[in-house]
Amino acid sequence: MADQAFKIPEYREFPTIPALVPGAMAHSKPYVANEKIQAEMGFPGQLVDNWEEKAIEKFGELLGKYRSLKVFMDSCVHCGACTDKCHYFISTGDPKNMPVARQDLMRSVYRRYFTLPGKLFPSLVGARDLTKEVLDEWFSYFWQCSECRRCSVFCPYGIDTAEVTMAARHIMDSVGYGQKYSNEIILKLNKIGNNLGLPGPALENTLEGLEEDVKDDTGVDVKYPLNVKGAEVLLVTPSADFFAEPHIESLIGYGKVFHAAGISWTLSSYASEAGNFGLFNGSYEHMREVALRVRKAALELGVKRIVVGECGHAWRVAYAFWNTLSGLGAGAKDPFAIELQNQLDPRHMQPSHICEFTWDLIQQGRLKFDKEKNDHRIITFHDSCNVARASRMGNYPGGQFEIPRNVIKAVANNYVDMAPDTICESTFCCGGGGGVLTDDLIELRVKGAFPRMEALKQVADGQGVNFMATICAICKAQFSKVLPYYGFDMRLVGGVHQLVSTAIRLGDEQ
Amino acid sequence: MTMFLAILFYLAFVIFVAGVAYKIYDFARTPAPLSIPTTPAPTTKGGVALRMAREVVFFESLFKSNLWIWLFGWLFHMALLLVLIRHLRYFTEPVWNWVVILQPFGLYAGFAMAAGLAGLWVRRILVERIRYISTPSDHLMLVLLLLIALSGLGIKFFMHTDITAVKVFFLGLMMFDIQPLPSHIGLYVHLLLVALLMIIFPFSKLLHAPGVFFSPTRNQADNPREVRHLAPWAAQIEKN
Repeated sequence: MADQAFKIPEYREFPTIPALVPGAMAHSKPYVANEKIQAEMGFPGQLVDNWEEKAIEKFGELLGKYRSLKVFMDSCVHCGACTDKCHYFISTGDPKNMPVARQDLMRSVYRRYFTLPGKLFPSLVGARDLTKEVLDEWFSYFWQCSECRRCSVFCPYGIDTAEVTMAARHIMDSVGYGQKYSNEIILKLNKIGNNLGLPGPALENTLEGLEEDVKDDTGVDVKYPLNVKGAEVLLVTPSADFFAEPHIESLIGYGKVFHAAGISWTLSSYASEAGNFGLFNGSYEHMREVALRVRKAALELGVKRIVVGECGHAWRVAYAFWNTLSGLGAGAKDPFAIELQNQLDPRHMQPSHICEFTWDLIQQGRLKFDKEKNDHRIITFHDSCNVARASRMGNYPGGQFEIPRNVIKAVANNYVDMAPDTICESTFCCGGGGGVLTDDLIELRVKGAFPRMEALKQVADGQGVNFMATICAICKAQFSKVLPYYGFDMRLVGGVHQLVSTAIRLGDEQ
Repeated sequence: MTMFLAILFYLAFVIFVAGVAYKIYDFARTPAPLSIPTTPAPTTKGGVALRMAREVVFFESLFKSNLWIWLFGWLFHMALLLVLIRHLRYFTEPVWNWVVILQPFGLYAGFAMAAGLAGLWVRRILVERIRYISTPSDHLMLVLLLLIALSGLGIKFFMHTDITAVKVFFLGLMMFDIQPLPSHIGLYVHLLLVALLMIIFPFSKLLHAPGVFFSPTRNQADNPREVRHLAPWAAQIEKN
């Protein structure tokens, strides 16, 4: 890692709030989406001539459509509670990475165009015209937010910078200033069915190969079925699970759970992606388009249950938004949603998280484990931000913290938590979420991981932790990449179902 | 001056009430299309009411965040509440019993209020991060509130005014029967600043007061698998 052009943050003996370093990350910006990508997304190919007017028009439209945005623009009192909560601020000291300052990039424009004092006395209330410089600043700093919601936990009014970031990105998209990485991914999903652009036949080959590998490894015929009509469960999982390391280890684990419990299941090539990057760009329509694929696949395959694999933002969208977007849940009244409601088994939560699914089976005594097979590991758990602060598992608040830990403790003997102010609702983002998991933002990613790396270092040095389990494809990809920058082995990160996979008894051997 | 202040208070009252009512209407009519409570969140409406109560009464999130800001902020707001309750005695005749009971506390709360405000302002000036995010209006707002508190304390403790006459003025104001106000510089300053505060309230960050109740991350129940949230504009998309 000697060739990088930036300084990696150094571990601190006494973590303190950094002094401000104005402009420290002003140079950070992702690649701009080209004309072709933008056009296919239904956005202008490049910055339109009257972009200022269009942007303000869009801003006004969003203020009318999203109460969150309107209330958040009006309510901030600049108290400073959030200023030291963002992982990007902690690691860079750039004041514009303080959540309130990030919001103010947009709030200053709001005040100028939508409030009386901002129109009359702009400098008094910190109102600014939307100039090209301001727009460029938006493009830089709204792509330095991973939409992790940590700031919203600590805000006395619950102001969620993620909502502001999403709105800003949506406005930029609509005037022709999109981000290449996220928009490309949404297009791939819409065309092929998953973020990686893995077509059906390739997926089939991959799964067949996986079956052979598992057979070689265990001697058992564990199936990884694709497009099987009439299966009990449709598993929707991030496409990284199909071939990326360590993701695939968890996919192997899911298959083993279904096998051991004797529950029929299938993947869908049409809906071969749990991720939904529409969330990151604040585009309701794109998010809905992606979500509808799952409903369609579920109807075609006639499944009784829908289970979502290990992915943070995907679980947020599935848990909190699928019902709204596609009627997958209770209460929707359109014909497709009603058909789906009649088809799905009402005794189960729809959708369920794979950890909920596995934990249910464990509680019913339907899974058996050889826990000592995980004895070479001392395990900690990294709460993924979208699971922790934007969703739930089980039927009680906080289940999203307990259930994955319960699963780990059921399959392994050595478990320790990281420092309390870095886990559960206070968890630190991996640094790569929210649409910044791209190599053109590698500096941001490496730095953003710093608070998590410090907490990990503590338990690695103190308790000998050598495995950090997580339930998010982005966390896994991000950590695999940045762990070496901090002196860790990249294989230190893995999935919860990777641990399940190691210890589970497949049943056939008894 | 009596006439000027009378008209000013009518004006300030109308702007304050109409402005805040409009903002509340504006918040209320804007849909929240997605379920976005910051989790873990209560799953029932009762739970949400409790969460909101903890937020508004104890400033729970702020407490988690920063003890100094919480201390000064909470001190200021609770003291302000007591001071406002105490001031009800100038608008009611006979004075309500519970106001009579609470009003001695309101007297000392004036000092606590000033102390809280001073603490917040000192932080705004001395803490680099908060200084960075402060606009001139942030400082002026604290100055305004501080001057209101200090002028009020001044009237009470250092340069008495004929408070009975002030009460007659306000009771008259409420009946559209304008009575003379004592000629008193401290009183004039106090009343002018209060009127100013009422006028800027609906256009400023003071909207955090109604805003917190409308914040979707705090006022939504965490029940998206059981209940469908659908905004009218989103329902329109479904029809296309």
